[in-house]
Amino acid sequence: MASASAKKIRPKYLSLPAILFQIRLPVPGWVSILHRVSGALLVIPFTAWALYMLDMSLRSEEGFQSIARYFELPLVKLGMIVFVWAYCHHFCAGIRYLFLDLDKGIELRPARITSWIVIVAGLALTAVLGALLW
Amino acid sequence: MKRLVVGAHYGLRDWLAQRITAALMVVYTLFAIGVVLKHQPITHAVWQDLFSRGWMRVPTLLFAVCLAWHAWVGVRDILMDYIKPDGLRLTLQVLFVLLLAAYLGWAIQILWR
Repeated sequence: MASASAKKIRPKYLSLPAILFQIRLPVPGWVSILHRVSGALLVIPFTAWALYMLDMSLRSEEGFQSIARYFELPLVKLGMIVFVWAYCHHFCAGIRYLFLDLDKGIELRPARITSWIVIVAGLALTAVLGALLW
Repeated sequence: MKRLVVGAHYGLRDWLAQRITAALMVVYTLFAIGVVLKHQPITHAVWQDLFSRGWMRVPTLLFAVCLAWHAWVGVRDILMDYIKPDGLRLTLQVLFVLLLAAYLGWAIQILWR
């Protein structure tokens, strides 16, 4: 133990290869950074996009039809999948944080298990809603 | 010993506001899913009728207010973490406040046209 730690080169500097290949983010860390990334995406561009679609679809019959046709475009479908994932992940991870704030699930094991649940639930919900969309 | 409290101490209020708005948006999300599932198939007439009703408009407006408030706390946290030059951070904060206010104005315009 002592000899193993003595062999480590210190100090260790952050470099791009270190960030990419050597420093492994634990699962709760992934949930956290994805919560931030999905939140940022929801502010720009997805809220604007949702408002645009709501605006068009409520404006007139033609607007509603044009949004229905718009949804047929592959690029729009792809964008919607990302939108749905961002919402679902942010939603599930957010509920986890609300429980963490109440000191529920803060031990290492439950924290890791619930992190996996959040990641999988986000992807599963995206798959289900994506399938409905397609 | 008397503690000397410094700063604007808006931290707790913002933290709490972010949690409360989050919980309210969870409720709205489930409500909206329920409404959409109950009114299948959604045609333009059904859609427009839904959004002409107070029980849909008012919760949707409250959702938009929650979203803007919640997003502001999140955006501010992100800017404070990554944007170190004060002038640039302040500029971006102002721009995001304007953006979120614009989103809110747009939502109101859509709902009460």
